[in-house]
Amino acid sequence: MGDLIQIVVAKYNYWIYITLMMIGLYAMIAKNNLVKKIVGMNIFQTAIILFYVSTGAKRGATIPILEHGHGEHGAGAHVVHAVDYINPLPHVLMLTAIVVAVATLGVALALAIRVYNRYDTLEEDEILAKIREK
Amino acid sequence: MKIIGLIIALSTGVLLICATGDFPRWADPASPASTHLSPHFIEKTMEETSVPNIVTAVLADYRGYDTMYETAVIFTAGLACFILLRIFVKEEPGDRLYRHLLTGVTVRVKEGTKLPPSEDFERIDATWTPPDLIIKTICRFLIPFIQLFALYVIAHGHHSPGGGFQGGVILGASIILLAISQDLRTSVRRMREKLDAVLCAVGVIIYAGTGALCLLLGLNFLDYSALASVLHCDPVTARSHGILIVEIGVGIAVMCTMIWIYNNVSSIGKYDEGL
Repeated sequence: MGDLIQIVVAKYNYWIYITLMMIGLYAMIAKNNLVKKIVGMNIFQTAIILFYVSTGAKRGATIPILEHGHGEHGAGAHVVHAVDYINPLPHVLMLTAIVVAVATLGVALALAIRVYNRYDTLEEDEILAKIREK
Repeated sequence: MKIIGLIIALSTGVLLICATGDFPRWADPASPASTHLSPHFIEKTMEETSVPNIVTAVLADYRGYDTMYETAVIFTAGLACFILLRIFVKEEPGDRLYRHLLTGVTVRVKEGTKLPPSEDFERIDATWTPPDLIIKTICRFLIPFIQLFALYVIAHGHHSPGGGFQGGVILGASIILLAISQDLRTSVRRMREKLDAVLCAVGVIIYAGTGALCLLLGLNFLDYSALASVLHCDPVTARSHGILIVEIGVGIAVMCTMIWIYNNVSSIGKYDEGL
């Protein structure tokens, strides 16, 4: 039992992202309402963002903005060590992903509005029944 | 369907949990993600681009292509919302309602007649509800400061957390706050639909144009050190300035896309009173 807790605690960031991802995936597959599916998609995206950002973490390191970066640079610049700063790359990738997530959310809502205008409902089974009627 | 979904979600989760056994421990400095490319970024950014914020340097310089297409994706999303939702219908026949701003009197204008052109009248819908005085006043007071902060976030992205994406979203949010606290017509009057759409494209063009200018000056696409001859500075400083230029482009594109998406989705493409 002690071993199991240690395994979970050592990699808890992965466990959180997997839990969030399962919630999002379940909502996208099983929920009947289109808006709930969109919410599930957003939870899924959040899980991926959390995963990426957590891979960038580094013990004993600070945010990737160089200290003493405002003054002179060139010959007299301070020596920068990679262990002192966390990995900037996942942050860059997720920075753009967050804004793109908002944009895709907008498109998804626009599509949902169009579906509602056409079929007067957002429930998937009712939409399918109306399509089969025609 | 629910059971199938549960089985799929659970089996994916179990597979991923099994895979975490091979993953590096949390915050491990020797993990593969932080041993190959990131040391180069951290140690060389200052001498290559003279930007202390490594995230900004990687975003707009080392991974400039990625960000450029990301901006194009956002522009396309705004365009998709516009094409899906915007309805250009002629004015519906019937009477129109106007509200006199000073007295709060609502005037019904018969079809075919027109009000004398005056700033005192505001067009309203039949479902109009007066905006709450406290919310309206506080928002009017706050919006300029929000916009000032957004400009700071864009301009100071080299030295502190920030940049085009974050500042653009804050700028967009300030206009959306105006639309929420009053109504959509008020915000559209300040940020016209056509101006919004044009600026959205202009942001992407600033980014791509900077890249193309580098190409014309004899270096690779988006290699900002080519701008040194135009900006009259050394190539390292030119890369710093090039990053600022494309961040401004990104900020404009993101701001306008946020407003564009909100306007279309909240009024279902009719650009009336909105929410």
